[in-house]
Amino acid sequence: MVAASVLPVEVPGLRVLLETMNLRPGFADPDNTLVTFGAFDRLHFARFVILEDQTLGDLTAYGVAFPDAPIWLVFLGDCDGDGREMVEAFARDAAPGLRRIFAHCTDFAPTTDLRQWMHSHSVSPATQYVNWVGRTVLDVCQEAALHAALRAALPVEAGPQPAIALRNTLIAEVARHGPLPSPRPPTPLAWRLAQLGRAGLGVLAFLIAIPVGLLIAIPFLAILRRRETRDAVIAPRPTPAHVAELALREDYDVTNQFSAFGNVKPGRFRLWTLVVLLWVVNLTTQLIYTRGRLARVGTIHFARWVFFDDRRRLLFLSNYDGSLDSYMDDFINKVAYGLNLVFSNGIGYPRTRFLILGGAEDEQGFKNYLRRHQLPTEVWYKAYPGLTTSDLDRNTRIREGFERSAMSDEEARAWLALI
Amino acid sequence: MAGADLTVPGDVTERDDVQALLRSGFGPLTEACFLLLRVADVVAARAWLARVHVTSMADLDTKQETVLQVALTAAGMRALGTDPKVIDGFSAEFVAGMAGDAARSRRLGDVGPDAPEHWDWGWAEREPHALVMLYAQPGALAVFREEVVGSIGAGFDVLTSLETSDMKGHEPFGFLDGVSQPSIDWNGERAPGSAADLDYGNLIAAGEFVLGYRNEYGRLTERPIVDGAQDERAAALLPRAADRPNAYDSGRNGTYLVLRQLEQDVPGFWRTMSAAAPANPIPLAEAVVGRRLDGSPLVPLQPQRIPGVGEDAGDRVRNQFTYTRDPQRLACPIGAHVRRANPRNGDMAEGRTGLVGQLLCTLGFAADTDADRIAPSRFHRLLRRGREYGRLLSIREAQASVEHPPAGIHFLCLNANISRQFEFVQNAWLQGTTFGGLTGEADPLTGNRAPLMTGAATDEFSMPQGGGVAKRVAALPRFVTVRGGGYFFLPGVRALRYLAG
Ligand code: HEM
Repeated sequence: MVAASVLPVEVPGLRVLLETMNLRPGFADPDNTLVTFGAFDRLHFARFVILEDQTLGDLTAYGVAFPDAPIWLVFLGDCDGDGREMVEAFARDAAPGLRRIFAHCTDFAPTTDLRQWMHSHSVSPATQYVNWVGRTVLDVCQEAALHAALRAALPVEAGPQPAIALRNTLIAEVARHGPLPSPRPPTPLAWRLAQLGRAGLGVLAFLIAIPVGLLIAIPFLAILRRRETRDAVIAPRPTPAHVAELALREDYDVTNQFSAFGNVKPGRFRLWTLVVLLWVVNLTTQLIYTRGRLARVGTIHFARWVFFDDRRRLLFLSNYDGSLDSYMDDFINKVAYGLNLVFSNGIGYPRTRFLILGGAEDEQGFKNYLRRHQLPTEVWYKAYPGLTTSDLDRNTRIREGFERSAMSDEEARAWLALI
Repeated sequence: MAGADLTVPGDVTERDDVQALLRSGFGPLTEACFLLLRVADVVAARAWLARVHVTSMADLDTKQETVLQVALTAAGMRALGTDPKVIDGFSAEFVAGMAGDAARSRRLGDVGPDAPEHWDWGWAEREPHALVMLYAQPGALAVFREEVVGSIGAGFDVLTSLETSDMKGHEPFGFLDGVSQPSIDWNGERAPGSAADLDYGNLIAAGEFVLGYRNEYGRLTERPIVDGAQDERAAALLPRAADRPNAYDSGRNGTYLVLRQLEQDVPGFWRTMSAAAPANPIPLAEAVVGRRLDGSPLVPLQPQRIPGVGEDAGDRVRNQFTYTRDPQRLACPIGAHVRRANPRNGDMAEGRTGLVGQLLCTLGFAADTDADRIAPSRFHRLLRRGREYGRLLSIREAQASVEHPPAGIHFLCLNANISRQFEFVQNAWLQGTTFGGLTGEADPLTGNRAPLMTGAATDEFSMPQGGGVAKRVAALPRFVTVRGGGYFFLPGVRALRYLAG
């Protein structure tokens, strides 16, 4: 992710330029001339967002101000493999367009070395979530094609045919005419080692957390409860104009984008609580929630939390299936505790108890809060429109079943039911 | 989730202030018509609203020969001169209106031939200001209507009058309708959010259907509150706000009313079923709906009682079931209309599974992850009060019919939160092509069949089979077309007098 500040005078022109990349409001044309997203075959999702914070006034609840708060332009790509290589690819293959866009940033001159500039403006997320670790764009596309081919190969009248026989017929048919998924490259050794390291770190953190937790639990809870009862709740209804700006860019595909920005509650207590929690969440998304679900929520493709301005502000970005109403429903009814843990450290969040209770359970306050902090995503790209996480999940299971050498009758029936 | 805050009132005591439609669909009053009105003369319109007799819940304690109910749109409130601050205190969906912006139409599936610009009513100059619903005993409507229209005089113009017909409880495709309804917890006996809610229940907090009372989150839904010190009329006319001192509640005892005129292509429906299942189209049609023609469910009943089901044995026979006994969706396809419209999910897909099971499910390790994708039902219930129009054809007549005599449903539902209830059901569950992990299909009964942006189809219907490959019907034509619609507010009787300016 690349982030650079933009002067207020540049913002309107930048918005107009970014809009030229779109097919529909906020919805990128994969072949647009500025950044031909469709040509980058490792890219799942991408977006441009302008972080023009409308909620800075909320700081007065804490008697502080942030008068020279910068406006950030964020360019984010969710990709396979190394993010630095993705930046290299963008700088190499989309230079003219990116130059035109970044020319609106405060420190970008016509003579600037784009590659170097992008690297020096790269920011890493505090927490990152990937629906299915290791599923590449290539996998997604090939598995979708495999599903389509198997579906097309189904006999019109399946008749009372043994499942195993039907499976064999289908496999033979697709093996003859393709398309066949290419063999998966082995998982890189370096990644396995790193994962092992992270697991070790997790165990270590857990072991340390128990005594430390016991030691600080009482003072921590005492401070926390004091704050929780006094912190201001700022969750008025968002203005109709703001909601219209956001809704204009929603519900074209089965997947939608979400970008929200807000201020962290001032003071070290909230900051360190947040830093530690995001670190822990990140560990779980790397070690535990790597196969289709983030706790009970299965509709998120990619999500991340990123600090800005010396960790005074926090950005949340996600790509989710369905409409915002269903996303909010998931948040409130399935993972309120998880959202509370993180977002209750932001100014104005509905009142929580012990970090996990309350908060998002104030349904309307929570919805107001999120909508009010949400920002229009100027440009949003998805490499595989029309496919939801559950489609991807099913297609992966189809491929795994396709590549299996043999199956029992029951397994074959379950596999056929997927097609 | 924590239990409800019991200081928030949950019991509806002001029964004489609540319009009767919340308590009853007035079954014995088989004749009905819905007048859609526009303000012609503001003074006369206000005067009529101030004096008209509106039947209340309490009135139903005695037998009523006729019933009149009134609801207003936001445009209507503006035309009547209601304080703009009060109007803005209603929900954003209501203020914007059903056809208010393209983003909403997209979400509701009102695109292509269903787009508001093709509607007979509900859009631009044809947006109604008021809805007057008249109900009468057989043969008595004409006189009652004449009387009411006469009393309205110059106050309102009749934009259109939606006629209804008595199909003896069936909808035009021939299925028994109005079989499943939420039971409303009028006395506030149930505390929403307890462990019992991990399982499906049908007794729903009054606040889901009436403003001013505890909803399923144990809270009061947002509504316009008026400061008594600044508004003497409010202090004189309105009920007090339960959650603020010296404030008056213009939402209390009222609710939102969603009206959609849905035209049904009955010949098309039965011809399509016959073409796909020539031997016997009925089982296919029943799979599409998710119930049999006579209203009985496709999945087996369960022995355990469901809270809010079974005031009478007939209800138990039709509604004492959930879909947990049909996880592979073999008895009732997941895409069937009623399974979409109310998946009968508790807060956790697997229901009460003990502390460990619950913790595992909370952390995302439920065994049946597909079922857990679907939202809990209790936050998305609708109280349906629609009426049919046109002539009921038999299946045989429908198959033989060449021309289409217009028939359909004036779909009408009541809910306290349009976006969380009606819009959610319509968008995520009925029109949603991502529902329950499906692909390529929306509601087989009411779907608009519009392809996705990618061109991918939404007009399939799949029926999982025990043998492996699902049965599929492809390229379903559209059976339902939207002819009009609007978001109304069905105010409490006192609030009606206040809102009328
Ligand atoms: C012309 C269009 C429609 C037809 C023909 C139709 C037909 C039916 C039928 C036959 C039933 C089963 C009987 C019953 O449970 O009452 C039913 C149930 C239901 N329908 Fe529809 N319907 C239509 C539109 C809608 C729409 C637009 C909605 C909501 C947005 C809706 C929501 C429901 C609900 C909530 C149920 C009850 C499900 C349950 O609790 O099990 N219907 N409908």
